[in-house]
Amino acid sequence: MSGPPLLYLLLFFAIPSLIMVLASFRSPGEFGGLAPFLEDGKVDLNLDSYARFFTDPVYAQIFLKSVWYALLTTLFCLALAYPLAALIAKSPQRYRDLLLLLVILPFWSNFLIRVYAWMIILGPNAALARTVNGALAWFGHEPVPLLFSSFAVLVCLVYVHLPFMVLPLYANLEKHDQALLDAAQDLGANAWQRFWRITFPLSLPGVYAGAALVFIPALGIFAIPDILGGPGDSLIGNVIKQQFLETRDWPFGSVLSIVLTVAALALAGLAAWIGRRNLGAPSSAKQARA
Amino acid sequence: MALLEIQNVTRRFGDFTAVDKVSIGIESGEFFTLLGPSGCGKTTLLRMIAGFDLPDGGRILLNGEDLAGRPPEQRPVRTVFQSYALFPHMTVEGNVAIPLQMAKTPAVDIPAKIAAALEDVRLQGFGKRYPHELSGGQKQRVAIGRALVTHPTVLLLDEPLAALDAKLREEMQLELINLQKEVGITFVYVTHDQTEALALSHRIAVMNKGRVEQLDEPSRIYGFPRTRFVADFIGQCNLFSGPVASRGSEGTITLDVPALGPVRIATDSKLSPGRPGTIALRPEKIRIRATSGDGADNHFRGTVADLLYLGDVTVYRIATAGGVRIEALLANSQSGSAKFFEVGDAVDLSWAVDAGHFIEE
Repeated sequence: MSGPPLLYLLLFFAIPSLIMVLASFRSPGEFGGLAPFLEDGKVDLNLDSYARFFTDPVYAQIFLKSVWYALLTTLFCLALAYPLAALIAKSPQRYRDLLLLLVILPFWSNFLIRVYAWMIILGPNAALARTVNGALAWFGHEPVPLLFSSFAVLVCLVYVHLPFMVLPLYANLEKHDQALLDAAQDLGANAWQRFWRITFPLSLPGVYAGAALVFIPALGIFAIPDILGGPGDSLIGNVIKQQFLETRDWPFGSVLSIVLTVAALALAGLAAWIGRRNLGAPSSAKQARA
Repeated sequence: MALLEIQNVTRRFGDFTAVDKVSIGIESGEFFTLLGPSGCGKTTLLRMIAGFDLPDGGRILLNGEDLAGRPPEQRPVRTVFQSYALFPHMTVEGNVAIPLQMAKTPAVDIPAKIAAALEDVRLQGFGKRYPHELSGGQKQRVAIGRALVTHPTVLLLDEPLAALDAKLREEMQLELINLQKEVGITFVYVTHDQTEALALSHRIAVMNKGRVEQLDEPSRIYGFPRTRFVADFIGQCNLFSGPVASRGSEGTITLDVPALGPVRIATDSKLSPGRPGTIALRPEKIRIRATSGDGADNHFRGTVADLLYLGDVTVYRIATAGGVRIEALLANSQSGSAKFFEVGDAVDLSWAVDAGHFIEE
């Protein structure tokens, strides 16, 4: 790697990260932002913000909850996207582009508008809530609010991230060689065995790519819990946003961001390591490169 | 009844008839080849035997049982695919284990069976490798070993050597012959390569446009082609066509070939004068000499128009006075000289009355 890609990474990843790392060791300014770096001959570098994160358990809790939500989002997206991607990959060539277009069509309207749309869909007077609560009443159960709940947050997280799972899965499944499935069938494998022994292992590079594309943004999201969540549904993204925009405590916001980045990288690394250990990765990795 | 009975099988794709009322009986232990140009229906027929395609008409019987209701995974038939179709995420052992696992072979027996299969295809010690670490020939062997490990009743091979280079292909041909002898499994082999078909097979079905043109032993396919197509497709062949001029008493016919003249041929055909016929004459059956005549049945003069020096033999293309091109082949067996004639040399061509083969069309 050299030249333009290196420059790109330096400009848009390394330098911003470095600024954040530096900010995390500083003190908050009197009116927000950062305190002066040099004041009365003293250099402003300390671990106060880190100490705060590791001593107050509420942040770790929110952090774990965010990881849990991101994981659930990834799993639901995978379960919904896999059949869809497989279906598109199996459809006649002339329909595939149209179907893919439909998958990415939601991107043509603003993200916030799509999130607000769920306020209407899940709202107390919408058909969905009425049906659900009607059924609950029939069983003698109290009505439940769908909106402003963890349920609403999760549904919208899955909805928003679904295309990011479908696209890499499709890109992988579309390249699969039909001859391999014919061979497996010829060797005695039924449809179920063909899927678990051939299609699924070969699609793992697509699964990992999709999981990363869903998990990482879902981990840092703040708009969805803000709009659709209840009071207890704040995620780490909300806290970070709060630190930067409302409390204006940049050093602590930076600490939270760094922890988030490190955790995402660690989890992605762990997933790749497990994948390589368990599932015969030399060839699937090779195939992903090809 | 033969082991594998193909009875009146037809397969259409829209208006196109890929396989047209084909009937073939393949015996147990036979090395049988479906030979023909691309689009002749041989691969479609193979896919119907494997179960990937179903006939529109006719039946395929294995051991007397109609296979129509059985999907590919339930047929005691295995295919070696042209692309090998090895599972890239599994080692050689993993690949060979698949059919055993699918057949619910007890896990304790699997390693020994894998080892035996790899020994059959001379790949001992390659079990832990992945397909991308193997050469083309080795991949081919894995595909064959994988298909044979459960001892299927019939092994189908779809142009298995097409992707290999010439040297390796020849080597693999010999190995296939030996392997088939060793395992005693019926092989149905599809190829468009006539030399491969002649070298490997016990019997060959030559296919053209969905039909079987001739079904015979290799030497009879080569020596006694039944149709113009077979004569032309298998090896090099001079084809002389024309109306029958007269029928001789001792089982010969004289054909009046335009621009060449009368050609006599030994045949038991009873074709009457005036009807069209063709003589198929292999280049190696023609005698070329510088001096004329020894009283052979057929003899013509011409000049060498061009020649192909192939090392062991030279192919001469001779132009006769009437403008007919005749291909003749001469082994370069004379010591002290590379070849016999040069372009422009006047030569004398002759062949015996029984050197060629008469085709009624």
